[in-house]
Amino acid sequence: MTSGGIGRSVSAWAAGAFALFGGAAWANPEPNQLNMTKGVAEWSPYAMHMVALWVCVVIGIVVFGAMFIAMFRFRKSRGAVAEKWSHSTKLEVVWTVIPVIILIFLAHLATGGLTSFADTTNSEMTIKVTGYQWKWRYDYVDYKGKGVDKVGFMSKLEETSNRTRQLKSNLDPAKIQVDGYSTYLLDVDKPLVVPTDTKIRFVIVGGDVIHSWWVPALGWKMDAIPGIANAAWTKIKEPGVYRGQCAELCGQDHGFMPIVVKAVPKAEFEQWLAAQEDEAKVQKAAQTAQTVQAAPAPAPQG
Amino acid sequence: MAHAATHDHHDHHGAPKGFFQRWVMSTNHKDIGTLYLIFSLTMFFIGGAFAMVIRAELFKPGMQLVQPYFFNEMTTMHALVMIFGAIMPSFVGLANWMIPLMVGAPDMALPRMNNLSFWIMPFAFLLLLSTLFMPGGGPAGGWTMYPPLSLQGESVAYVIFAVHLMGISSIMGAINIIATILNMRAPGMDLLKMPVFVWSWLITAFLLIAVMPVLAGAVTMLLTDKYFGTNFFNAAGGGDPVLFQHIFWFFGHPEVYIMILPAFGIISEIIPTFARKPIFGYRAMVFAIASIAFLSFIVWAHHMFAVGLPMGAEIFFMYATMLIAVPTGVKVFNWVSTMWGGSMTFETPMLFSIAFVILFTIGGFSGLMLALAPADFQYHDTYFVVAHFHYVLVTGAAFSIMAAAYYWLPKWSGNMYSETWGKIHFWSSVISVNVLFFPQHFLGLAGMPRRIPDYNVAFANFNMISSIGGFWFGASQLIFLGVVIHCVFFSKKKAADRSWEGAKGLEWTVPSPAPFHTFDVPPVIHDDELAHGNTEH
Repeated sequence: MTSGGIGRSVSAWAAGAFALFGGAAWANPEPNQLNMTKGVAEWSPYAMHMVALWVCVVIGIVVFGAMFIAMFRFRKSRGAVAEKWSHSTKLEVVWTVIPVIILIFLAHLATGGLTSFADTTNSEMTIKVTGYQWKWRYDYVDYKGKGVDKVGFMSKLEETSNRTRQLKSNLDPAKIQVDGYSTYLLDVDKPLVVPTDTKIRFVIVGGDVIHSWWVPALGWKMDAIPGIANAAWTKIKEPGVYRGQCAELCGQDHGFMPIVVKAVPKAEFEQWLAAQEDEAKVQKAAQTAQTVQAAPAPAPQG
Repeated sequence: MAHAATHDHHDHHGAPKGFFQRWVMSTNHKDIGTLYLIFSLTMFFIGGAFAMVIRAELFKPGMQLVQPYFFNEMTTMHALVMIFGAIMPSFVGLANWMIPLMVGAPDMALPRMNNLSFWIMPFAFLLLLSTLFMPGGGPAGGWTMYPPLSLQGESVAYVIFAVHLMGISSIMGAINIIATILNMRAPGMDLLKMPVFVWSWLITAFLLIAVMPVLAGAVTMLLTDKYFGTNFFNAAGGGDPVLFQHIFWFFGHPEVYIMILPAFGIISEIIPTFARKPIFGYRAMVFAIASIAFLSFIVWAHHMFAVGLPMGAEIFFMYATMLIAVPTGVKVFNWVSTMWGGSMTFETPMLFSIAFVILFTIGGFSGLMLALAPADFQYHDTYFVVAHFHYVLVTGAAFSIMAAAYYWLPKWSGNMYSETWGKIHFWSSVISVNVLFFPQHFLGLAGMPRRIPDYNVAFANFNMISSIGGFWFGASQLIFLGVVIHCVFFSKKKAADRSWEGAKGLEWTVPSPAPFHTFDVPPVIHDDELAHGNTEH
């Protein structure tokens, strides 16, 4: 989260405090993972999450501690006699005001996080994401101020996972691995390739019903809604493969439309994009040739 | 002579002899209360069975038992049955039984409407559950029924008709409760001497009247979108799918408080009884409930942080949501203060109440975390949310209902339940429910979305633990059933009129079991006998 000095100092503190949970920067879910990933993007809610968690832990220790002391000390079996008081204005003011102060502190942090998340300006490229039942479509709209020529593709659950997840397939999900990590239900036939160190604006829409595009390592999810173009952004710091899933119930195969983002260095991305553009051109030429052969295009009207 | 006179009295005013006359035609608040409670317990087991299917499929990675579509039907039906069939009717049942007894009224203000509002419910649920046996199946778009997905189902008309019936039943029940509390209190039972349970229901009833029609409107628009060619929520026709979510959650958020405010009331009665000390800050407790109810109307879009709201809206709904922590905190602190300096014993109702305070507060903590919009971009629609609302609804609402059942069973049945088995039920439930739901926090944070029938191998261990906890918790509730049946039909231990040493309030001044008619003549109120009679603040 980029919410100024407070955000930075808090995230440093939180990172230290996080040792308790053994905080590796998980890019993908790990077995027995307890906590949220720090993520790999410039914007991350991780610090916010850790501050809120520790605030809750401390309040919990105080309140539950008081309760357990009360349960121990004021038992009838230990001869406790009930007192008669049932009111204290001073105490009630104290435990109204202190939570308000804590909340103001949390609200300040969260507002900073929201403000930086909402700012999609100065992005260096745009990718349109469309959710369908049950696959994703990615269209590269522009890169570094220039329009991208017809690069877009569908991305759906890869075939081994798809066979394994059929009812009573008797195939072992644990066998589906890449580099020792389980990729069962978290791998696609064609990943979204993006450059690192680039502010990428996503335009997210729904093609049929509502979906939600979520890659935990990027730190957010955004609903893909028919008729509404939502915007979000990310700036990935580390190259790698980041996996996620649809997060809004979208029908029977909602659990089977993963997302894979492959972040590569800029130069590599530019090569990849150029190759895709060439391929698109070749395909288009072939298609045009076919249509011309099959039936001459009608003369343009108007 | 005196005995004969009493006998005579019973001949005239006792319960009708015929089964049909007594239960189907009933206008008696106690019998209708019993019907509500039996109905909700039945629904609790049906909804629980659906949950068992869900946890069984999620026991390990891979699809072993059901098709994904059926899994979605199970998650949808589990929620609808538990919310509208188990939690809400059981609170209405408790209201029916206890409010007249607590305020010194002979019955509910509108006894015939009371009968109608109960007997609608079984038909509503028959309609809803029957969809599972129809070609095309039951609703599978989630209990939130978001279009366009929900409109792809074939059971839309049945589900919406069932929801309308439940809504009518709830509204009639709420009107009845408000009319009873405002008009039927015995002389001397001032509003600010009423039990907190009665206060919580008065406020809840207003919430119900305010929001059930909104739900009716939302689902009616779904109906016309599906069958009559309107385009309220159809983007292709100029409509807006997000509009539904705004309307739904304008109902939905007050709805979640409808399911927790009466629980606050119950706990506020039980803790003072077993701490033998008056509730701390009575007026603050009542005021906190009222503030929470008010705030519940201006926080609905915190369910929608990921739909792409404008930043100003996100900030407003985030701040408003965080504010709820203040009155909720006051309630928790006051319960702890009530216990402080008391003389506590730990019978089953008290155990459930203490578990309620601790575990509901844990649900409140995750609620505060969810309120923070930037963090919610990560939490939203994951198992973290599933863990959160099960902490507030199972260890919150459901535990309070069980506490209430143990607390008032002696009054209802005239017998004491088996304390040993009650405690076995408690410990079995409280341990298993944490095995069931606590690991779901981890699953959500690690990246497991909710409402999925199958998952990556990395999520396997915690899912298996959660499922084991689920089966254990489900089995534990059979103990509850056994304790209740034993208490009502077989227990030899008769309950005193004042069944608990520290119990105060009008309900403990009538015999156990409470006779068919009570307070034919308004009782004379002595402030000392009331739980909150001497609270000057």
